[in-house]
Amino acid sequence: MMSVNIIIRNAKKAYGDTVIIPNLSLDIKEGELFTLLGPSGCGKTTLLRMIAGFNSIEGGDFYFNDKRINDLDPAKRNIGMVFQNYAIFPHFTVRKNIEFGLKNKKLLADEISSTAEEYMKLVQIEQFANRMPEKLSGGQQQRVALARALCIKPDVLLMDEPLSNLDAKLRVEMRTVIKRIQNSVGITCVYVTHDQEEAMAISDRIAIMNAGVIQQIGRPKAIYQRPANLFVATFIGRTNILDGKLVVEEGQAYLEVQEFKTKIQAVAKDHFYSQDVKISIRPEEFFLNREDVFEGVKGVVKDAIFLGLNTHYFVVLNSGEEVEIIQESTIEETLEKGTKISLGINTVKTNVFTADGKQNILTGVLTDHLAQSEEA
Amino acid sequence: MMFRHKAADIWTWVSIALLVLFMVFLIFPLFGVLKHSVYDNDDNLSLVQFKKFFGNRYYSSTIGNSFKVTIAVTIVSLLLALPFSYFYTFYNLKGTKFLFVVSILCVMSAPFIGAYAWIMLLGRSGVITRALSSVGINIGSIYGFKGILLVQSLKFFPLVFIYMNGAFRNIDNSLMEASANLGCSGVKRFFQIVMRLSMPTLLAAALMVFMRAFADYGTPGLIGEGYRTFPVEIYSQFMGENGQNQNFAAAISVFAVVVTAVIFLIQKWATNRFKFTMNVMHPIQKKEPHGLSGVLMHGYCYLLVILGFLPNLYIANLSFRNCDGSIFKPGYSLVNYQNALKRLLVRSIENTLLQGFISLAIIIVISILIAFLVVRKGGLISNTLDTMSMLPYIMPGSVIGIALVFAFGPKPWALTGTIWVMILNLVIRRMPYTIRSATARLMQIPLSIDEVARSLGASKLKTLVKITVPLMSSGIISGAILSWVAIITEISGAIILYSNKTINLTVSTYVSVGRGRDGVACAFATIVTALTIISMVLFLAVSKSEDDIKL
Repeated sequence: MMSVNIIIRNAKKAYGDTVIIPNLSLDIKEGELFTLLGPSGCGKTTLLRMIAGFNSIEGGDFYFNDKRINDLDPAKRNIGMVFQNYAIFPHFTVRKNIEFGLKNKKLLADEISSTAEEYMKLVQIEQFANRMPEKLSGGQQQRVALARALCIKPDVLLMDEPLSNLDAKLRVEMRTVIKRIQNSVGITCVYVTHDQEEAMAISDRIAIMNAGVIQQIGRPKAIYQRPANLFVATFIGRTNILDGKLVVEEGQAYLEVQEFKTKIQAVAKDHFYSQDVKISIRPEEFFLNREDVFEGVKGVVKDAIFLGLNTHYFVVLNSGEEVEIIQESTIEETLEKGTKISLGINTVKTNVFTADGKQNILTGVLTDHLAQSEEA
Repeated sequence: MMFRHKAADIWTWVSIALLVLFMVFLIFPLFGVLKHSVYDNDDNLSLVQFKKFFGNRYYSSTIGNSFKVTIAVTIVSLLLALPFSYFYTFYNLKGTKFLFVVSILCVMSAPFIGAYAWIMLLGRSGVITRALSSVGINIGSIYGFKGILLVQSLKFFPLVFIYMNGAFRNIDNSLMEASANLGCSGVKRFFQIVMRLSMPTLLAAALMVFMRAFADYGTPGLIGEGYRTFPVEIYSQFMGENGQNQNFAAAISVFAVVVTAVIFLIQKWATNRFKFTMNVMHPIQKKEPHGLSGVLMHGYCYLLVILGFLPNLYIANLSFRNCDGSIFKPGYSLVNYQNALKRLLVRSIENTLLQGFISLAIIIVISILIAFLVVRKGGLISNTLDTMSMLPYIMPGSVIGIALVFAFGPKPWALTGTIWVMILNLVIRRMPYTIRSATARLMQIPLSIDEVARSLGASKLKTLVKITVPLMSSGIISGAILSWVAIITEISGAIILYSNKTINLTVSTYVSVGRGRDGVACAFATIVTALTIISMVLFLAVSKSEDDIKL
């Protein structure tokens, strides 16, 4: 199967005067599973449909390898598409659904049926070949949709929230199926979802979008551990945002949260001066201690929830801010409500942003972002 | 900006072509009516026709008459149908299928047959009238207001019934339970919850009855006598048994259209005010009707539908009675049908079927295109087409009739009396049923079905033919059958446009009634009814649920 890379330059989408995507550029590599992730209305599905050819393009250029596809008919782009509602033709059997695209390619009858067989086996639905779709479960329908999209040997596979109609258990099962099949076929895949856990589990790389603008592109781990800005930090995973200060004294940077001051490494050169900052501390990046034994940010336990592996604490700081803390459960008693505590911070993992939240001021932020073209 | 990408789209051309067709065959004729209304009888521009209409009690009283009787009909239809519909949806009645089928037949039967039957029963020499007067009871005159009210209410209550069934079924049972839980049940709950939730539908149903009754020509034409309404006045001014005045007829038409449009807009506004969306997860649990109330419920429902359908049965019965001219005699035979054969029976049937089939074919093609444009493409042209195609739905048939005469009567068209103008009339007036049904069905088909076909390499045309139309077919078929039934019962446009060559069954019936050939009229009417019943049975066989009926 031939696979392509997708190059998008200065894409613009508008409905009348409403601009959905102002100016977006993106490179999707050959054979990778690339996810567009963002809150609803951020433009991710719009972008996917522009690639598919179902939305008009108001500006910019779209390429599959070096072929410009802006004005190419959707039927001629050679894409496979999987929809949230599966879009199985209800008046065809499973086999006829899968053969539909092959017939449009005017292949020989032998080839059509053998290819359909092959892909039904790949997604393990060969036993349902002659059933009508209404007799299939959601997961089975999604497998049919996947086989139907893949069997035409598309250059690109586009998936628009393919799992969000499934129940939680099937969702986890199907994302493994999708990842396995994508890997074995080696096709370039663009995947849209609003579920960040799903995105982390399935993607080679993720683009986080908000309001039509890409916030960060990178591998799941890079995005989680070094988010490019406050939006990404809050959108991916859970986090606590605290106001604080970055203080530089005698060549050493310190984070100051209320009365607590602690050393921090890895501050980027450009930002190496005293300033107000926003600090993103994930629940697992706090150390929780009784007040009397440790110097730290002071607070009182408001609530504690024991969840087996972990225990979640909700703590009110002396400043009035509330934070969530996750600790591995211990054999000792869970801290009672009202216990005075003192919080340490794992400054190796913590992220620090400029006061407006637009930029992470630590080193190690990886983004394959084409930031120049967007901010221009 | 949108246009740049759609420039080469075949659908743009389709919508432009349809727009041209609508302009030529609908808007241009309607403008003709408007134009004629502002000329005096010597072809000078003037408002004299309107002055004559509003200045002279003899004419202007027709507005008052139409309003009075139509409002009364609307109210009575609602009062008749609401309990019926409530019992039907909230209780497990016996023979629901029968009740439903007969209701549909009432509303789909030819409009004037009811009037004619009630005249035969309660008119001056009606059987019931004579039977009662022989024992000294005088029931008074059935003609005029009372007659129109009786006939139209019994004809149109099923419209309310069908609409309200849909609304009641859309009420989630948990709302009923929640309301009882909060201390509101019984009659109070009916008014505060059930009726309030159904209000948009109730208004829509009321409007439907109002428009249909307001535009009905057949009923007041037969049973109205001195009680003159709009559509009758338009017809008599236009066809002129007492001297033609076509421009005057045009002026009345313009006023009639304005009134209907205003009422339509008021209803739209009112419906929007009461509108909300509901998500039905737990349908209403039907209760078992017990004891006396159960008997009364059944009695009420059965009595109502039988009374509604009685006219058709009575006419069918009469059609087999011996008859000499307008005098029915004891004994049964086929003499009326034999006489009908001499009165163009064969030609009327042929014409009804031929005109019907051609019209239906055109209706189906255009409806598919319009449904596709409206649901899938949207945009200004599509929505304009949608609105234009619905105009005839709320317009009196006589207005369409005279519009077509104005537009296509003169040379070079010279179409009046030809089969083409009959077909044109049928297509224009009866297309909305199929459009509505096809559109509603297409809305339920997710766009992604089309898109996935396109992404799998199917062309636009192939997607339409292989995927979209087959999936729409249930909606198209049920709509087309309703259009068909409405076609074979159409009278108010045809009565203006027909000629001896293109006469059809309904016109033949009407003409026979007018000439006092009652036996023959009954034979014609019975054939119309039989065709209607066959078509409706077919409809009910193919339609999956009651919701498929888009009246």
